[in-house]
Amino acid sequence: MLLITCPFCGPRPELEFGYAGEAHVVRAQDPREVSDLQWTEYLYQRSNVRGVHAERWRHAHGCAQFFNALRDTTTDHFVATYRIGEPRPDAAVEAGR
Amino acid sequence: MAETMARLHPLAAVKTVADAHLLAQGPMGRFSLRLAANAAPAPLGALGLSLPLAPCRAAQSETAAALWLGPGEWLLLTAPERASAVEAALRAELAGQAFSLVEISHRQTGLSLSGPRAAQRLNAGCPLDLDLASFPVGMCTRTVFAKAEIVLWRTGVEAFHIEVWRSFVPYLWELLVIVGAETS
Ligand SMILES: [Zn+2]
Repeated sequence: MLLITCPFCGPRPELEFGYAGEAHVVRAQDPREVSDLQWTEYLYQRSNVRGVHAERWRHAHGCAQFFNALRDTTTDHFVATYRIGEPRPDAAVEAGR
Repeated sequence: MAETMARLHPLAAVKTVADAHLLAQGPMGRFSLRLAANAAPAPLGALGLSLPLAPCRAAQSETAAALWLGPGEWLLLTAPERASAVEAALRAELAGQAFSLVEISHRQTGLSLSGPRAAQRLNAGCPLDLDLASFPVGMCTRTVFAKAEIVLWRTGVEAFHIEVWRSFVPYLWELLVIVGAETS
């Protein structure tokens, strides 16, 4: 079974987790200030990466916390997991290659 | 005419008889406690213990247990007759800080599973590594058993306490009985 390392609980079976979309998609502080095009991009446009993708996961049947992960979409390999608010650990991407 | 409904144990209608290693527990006082994750609470006199801050660890006193379920989230267990006194004392102790204390005594039921094959039996439905090195005595966590979400707490080398939501109790019970027969 695929193990995912929760930043709080450590390596745990994939069954306990839920996927929650692309990470680092920033919502405008004041949506009234952005154009319709920018708002549409925020709502609907995703990077759809082939390769290392930053995405949100939730340890739903565990500590219940959201966290971010870098996962290679071609191999399903989890390069790194990190807490919400931490920067994308791109050094880990280089090391994982 | 006012009538009082009798509270039945969720296994009251289940006929399957378990072996000596699987026991359904009676009533228990339970609370869900939420605090700010970065708050380091002092020892709680109401429980006679300090809340465990390390992930997936339980703390126990003579009268209560506190199970870490997530950052800032604990499951508190007490004897049923002490529940209301514990709640009042906790509210008094935590006054002044942001917290949430919800009584969930009847939401779930406790099962205890023991014996030399207890871990093997759990692994029939639970994908966690239950080797003593990776799941030592005193470790607890929310996890899954087949299609049910459970809280699993290792209380001894060969002893586990399971908390499961009331409507899942017969399902979990029957599965553990079947697995018990297959692994014995
Ligand atoms: Zn976790």
